[in-house]
Amino acid sequence: MQDLQIKIDALIAKHQHLPGALLPLLHAIQDEVGYVPEASYKPIAKGLNLSVAEVHGVVTFYHHFRTHKPGRHTLQICRAESCQAMGSVALEAHAKQCLNIDYHQTTKDDAITLEPVYCLGNCALSPAVMMDNEIYGRVSAADLDALVAEATA
Amino acid sequence: MTIEIYIPRDSSALSMGAEKVALAIGNEAKRRGLDVHIIRNGSRGLYWLETMVEVSTASGRVAYGPVKVGDVPSLFDADFVHGKAHALNLGLTEELPWLKKQQRLTFARVGITDPISLADYIAHEGYQGLKSALSLSASEIVKIVTDSGLRGRGGAAFPTGIKWNTVLGCQSEQKYIVCNADEGDSGTYSDRMIMEGDPFVLIEGMTIAAISVGATQGYIYLRSEYPHALVTLNAAIEAANQAGYLGADILGSGRAFHLEVRRAAGAYVCGEETSLLESLEGKRGQVRFKPPLPAIEGLFGKPTVVNNVISLATVPIILHKGAQYYADFGMGRSRGTLPIQLAGNIKQGGLVELAFGATLRELLYDFGGGSATGRPIRAVQVGGPLGAFLPDSQFDTPLDYEAFSQLWAVLGHGGIVAFDDSVDMAVMARYAFEFCAIESCGKCTPCRIGSTRGAEVMDQIIAGKDTVKNIKLVRDLSDTMLNGSLCALGGMTPYPVLSAMNHFPEDFETKKASAAA
Repeated sequence: MQDLQIKIDALIAKHQHLPGALLPLLHAIQDEVGYVPEASYKPIAKGLNLSVAEVHGVVTFYHHFRTHKPGRHTLQICRAESCQAMGSVALEAHAKQCLNIDYHQTTKDDAITLEPVYCLGNCALSPAVMMDNEIYGRVSAADLDALVAEATA
Repeated sequence: MTIEIYIPRDSSALSMGAEKVALAIGNEAKRRGLDVHIIRNGSRGLYWLETMVEVSTASGRVAYGPVKVGDVPSLFDADFVHGKAHALNLGLTEELPWLKKQQRLTFARVGITDPISLADYIAHEGYQGLKSALSLSASEIVKIVTDSGLRGRGGAAFPTGIKWNTVLGCQSEQKYIVCNADEGDSGTYSDRMIMEGDPFVLIEGMTIAAISVGATQGYIYLRSEYPHALVTLNAAIEAANQAGYLGADILGSGRAFHLEVRRAAGAYVCGEETSLLESLEGKRGQVRFKPPLPAIEGLFGKPTVVNNVISLATVPIILHKGAQYYADFGMGRSRGTLPIQLAGNIKQGGLVELAFGATLRELLYDFGGGSATGRPIRAVQVGGPLGAFLPDSQFDTPLDYEAFSQLWAVLGHGGIVAFDDSVDMAVMARYAFEFCAIESCGKCTPCRIGSTRGAEVMDQIIAGKDTVKNIKLVRDLSDTMLNGSLCALGGMTPYPVLSAMNHFPEDFETKKASAAA
């Protein structure tokens, strides 16, 4: 917990001089910690001369930021139109069933957090998914199983 | 002699295993004692052929694709490094009909050069536009951009030169250039291809904009879903700073321009320019009232040019080759070229840059080769999630801003998503509302509440309940959203909804019969 506080304070010090510092700072915190802990709102607010409500408002406005620790891997499935045209609805149903979780949830073994995404810009090769920072195209149910198996191995 | 092999670093190529292919080719070459130099280029945009590997030969670059890791040993056995025959040999890249039929202006270098090599960029006519701009006055640059007829490629199609002129005319000690790289529309990826495949052209375009309107600071607002574009952009900005193409004194002209990438955070509405500016300022991405226009009171209240990636990346060729050269392409009031993106259920998806005027049918069949599933294409959605659905009877419409607007449709950012005959248009209409509900910034009531109520009423229609009454209700609601929303998110969600109802009524009305049966 103290480690976390030190990390966050250092990131605040590094970013607070930037114009419009809040988003770069939240990204930096999430990149390093994996999420934006609610405990960070107060020091962020103090460092950036904002109210805690403003910080909370921004964190919760953006889909990218999360306030809870995710699993070891994050699997994003594209739900947008192009992927729907290539069977993403069945793919997401398959993923939810196999992982036994819904969107925004994490598997019991803490391995995978499942998130929806609205376009990965891989629309010529739909359906697309992203595992952590790696993107995959023309993903079949079997491909998805292999990705999950690899991540949980 | 060193053999040059090109393997894309583009996200879509990576999604088909380009990284593993590059690794395998490197290892196999080493094992065989071959002297190869692997260049990680952008994608040529023939995505169904990714991973497309090219080798330099005396007669030009020879392409192979789609290459999988398992194909690598046999490619070497066939001596592909010298462009020899193999089942995956596609011939000379430049002779591929798909590429040959295109008019690549904005995308002239994408897939050809090493995206993060400044020397390569300059060797391929890079920075000629900036050189020309530095010899002109601010108003001369604005006039050239205006005369080229370039209109905002993000979707709104507002004349770029007029926007620049407004910013130029504002007195302010600080002005900004903001690049909208929050490419959230499903079916679009041309911004990403530029940023991953030729980032310097965007940097050059922004620099020209800056010296033209008198801005010294620029931001690229990049969506968080594009981690690879972030890497290429930062590498290119670093190289441009080192070489004096960015920074305190651009090419010794005494003009300063500093450029920084800012990551977005997954809010679709931040593609709307005022919401984007709020986000850059570190706030919730809520839409602002207009006026004041961002050109007058934009980022941090200062005059700001907000342009899409493609608009800015098209500026260098206009400054290099002249307004007339660019304006000679296109039709009517849609001048120049449009990078079109074929997506969804399409056999040959990818990037097609053409002068305005090509028809949807040519794109879907001549370039796209029909649907990926082999079934008839029943509908296409053009212009992202807020674009209308078009039926086969409208496929002969030329791609032109005005022609589309006459059909109550939009070209938007040039994305075309194809659906085969298995699509249920009532489900797509419901999704349009659902998407709007998820992404609404919440500031105006028609969008915030209307989207949720719309999805609920669509659920009723899909369940076959009170179909006639509920269809009328959706039309009323759409009317309110169209006329009462603050921005295009709520204001254009009715485009997919109503176009689906108008062109495919059977998917809405028959629900009653099938549900009752």
